[in-house]
Amino acid sequence: MSDPSTASIVSTPRIEEPAQTGAPANAGLPESDRRNKPRGLLGDAWRDLRRKPLFWISATFILIFLVMAAFPQLFTSGDAVNGALSRSRVEPSADAWFGYDVQGRDVYARVIYGARASIVVAVISVIGTLLIGGTMGIIAGYRGGWVDALLSRIADVFFGLPFVLGAIVILTTFNGSGTSNSEWKIMGLVIMSLVVLSWPVVMRLMRSSVLATKEADYIVAARALGAGTGRIVLKHLLPNCLAPLLVYGTIMVGSFIGAEATLSFLGVGLKSPVVSWGIMISEAQNYIRVSPFLLFFPALFLVVAVLSFVMLGEAVREALDPKLR
Amino acid sequence: MGRYLLRRLLQLVPVFIGTTFMIYWLVWSVPGDPFAGKCGERRCPDTYIAFMTEKYQLDQPVWVQYATYMKNLLQGDFGTKFSGQSINDIILTSYPNTLKLALVALGIEAVIGLGAGVLTGLRRNGFLDNLVLISTLFLIALPIFVIGFVTQWLFGVKWGIVTPTVSSEMRFSELILPGFVLGSVSMAYIARVARTSIAENRRGDYVRTAIAKGLPMRRVVGVHLLRNSLIPVVTLLGTDLGALMGGAIVTEGIFGINGIGRQVYRAILTKESATVVSIVVVLVLVYLLMNLLVDLLYAALDPRIRYE
Repeated sequence: MSDPSTASIVSTPRIEEPAQTGAPANAGLPESDRRNKPRGLLGDAWRDLRRKPLFWISATFILIFLVMAAFPQLFTSGDAVNGALSRSRVEPSADAWFGYDVQGRDVYARVIYGARASIVVAVISVIGTLLIGGTMGIIAGYRGGWVDALLSRIADVFFGLPFVLGAIVILTTFNGSGTSNSEWKIMGLVIMSLVVLSWPVVMRLMRSSVLATKEADYIVAARALGAGTGRIVLKHLLPNCLAPLLVYGTIMVGSFIGAEATLSFLGVGLKSPVVSWGIMISEAQNYIRVSPFLLFFPALFLVVAVLSFVMLGEAVREALDPKLR
Repeated sequence: MGRYLLRRLLQLVPVFIGTTFMIYWLVWSVPGDPFAGKCGERRCPDTYIAFMTEKYQLDQPVWVQYATYMKNLLQGDFGTKFSGQSINDIILTSYPNTLKLALVALGIEAVIGLGAGVLTGLRRNGFLDNLVLISTLFLIALPIFVIGFVTQWLFGVKWGIVTPTVSSEMRFSELILPGFVLGSVSMAYIARVARTSIAENRRGDYVRTAIAKGLPMRRVVGVHLLRNSLIPVVTLLGTDLGALMGGAIVTEGIFGINGIGRQVYRAILTKESATVVSIVVVLVLVYLLMNLLVDLLYAALDPRIRYE
């Protein structure tokens, strides 16, 4: 992929190795040479990633958070839901590292158990948003014409709803006071409202980069060589449009954790039997002056989680983007 | 271009109807009795219920209600609250406040975000680059209400640099802090997107050619590089104005600004469905027109993108 002769010809991402678009140019070479030479985009990215300490640090943190979300018992034996009012707002000590909250619940245990709801909601929403928005964006940008018009109008309908406002309306309708949804159903509703209101942004992002890319020489060349639509989209368009999507996606994990917290703060998101960092922060903000540690610890976990996701995305983007090599 | 504009304006119509109908349907299908608590401590009298049901056509299917609402809207009548107060008045008093706040936020985020993005995109991996990366991460990572409370407490209460809440006169000096809080997340996005975009285009052949031609660096960056890197930033900025106005609910609540965000939140909680729908209608209109503007700017900024 790093052939200097092709690199100097175009400013847009360089043409794929001939070996990948047509018959292998090195078919005559011995087996070992052929294996060493051309790698796919992902193989190349992986080789690049393995050498980055930032990637390993963030990946480790994410792994820890994922384990925390799956098996919170491994990290704490405390009770995240029940507390004793006699310990209300007791400062951090050797017994309870992070202290106790207003209800006398162990903040450490709650922070650990809170990872599950916060991360599950954010990650599932981002995956849903990227899948729906990315697919729609590619279809709209690549097909153009009436397909583009139709998809863009559908996206506009959802896009027209301001985020917080739309989420409040959706959630008060399905999750308002007086409804008794189960823990998982509440989470599902929050995820649904996040995805429904965010996918148009991803779609527009994808569409605009497809629009700018599809006129590029290497796409025209691939088409002239007889590549089908599926091949052009998957092999040429997608890898070259993926970088901004990934950057946006990783940032989105953070903003979705924040959005979940905002909705909890407004009283329409996740609710109290569920433990999440967002709920903890919104419970803590009334006591920010007397007991700042209540805000500090969930916010710390939140920031570390977000930082790891964003750093991972950053590393992946630089590895995936041939233009930055 | 003229035909394109006309086509886009026509396309706005179904989108406008789709969005407003969706909101109308959602808002009016909020479970619960619309008359609960409307008449103080006691149950509403039957005559009142009958009158209101008749007036708001509550016994009709939702699309009939919607059609009537739209018919009145086209004549400039947003309807009335259950208490009889005209919704036009509510919008007229609260809308300018929100618009002012959103414009201040947009200005702050454009200047700071774009400036930081350009500076770091040109010099990657330096001290400034890392500083901006980390500070944008924090802006993104912290929920807006945390940023709001913390800055309000620090600047307003502890250091006393600004007044903690905004007076009804909405002076510009009072709006800087709320504007910064409201625009903080988008500011971080803009800085990062601009940085990525500049860094990618920095290595483009046309930049090298421009430098080789002997153009001064200022012209290379200001004309060649910036113009090509601005496309994603313009998308963000343009769509942000609508988002800022709709997202101002939290900021307006914290700083005590009497804007539409505050009105709409109150209206949702008190089930004043007509108010909710009307405010959303206004917001949607702004949103749609801004999107149209962004699309027109696309073609102006990037000649590679053509609308037949």
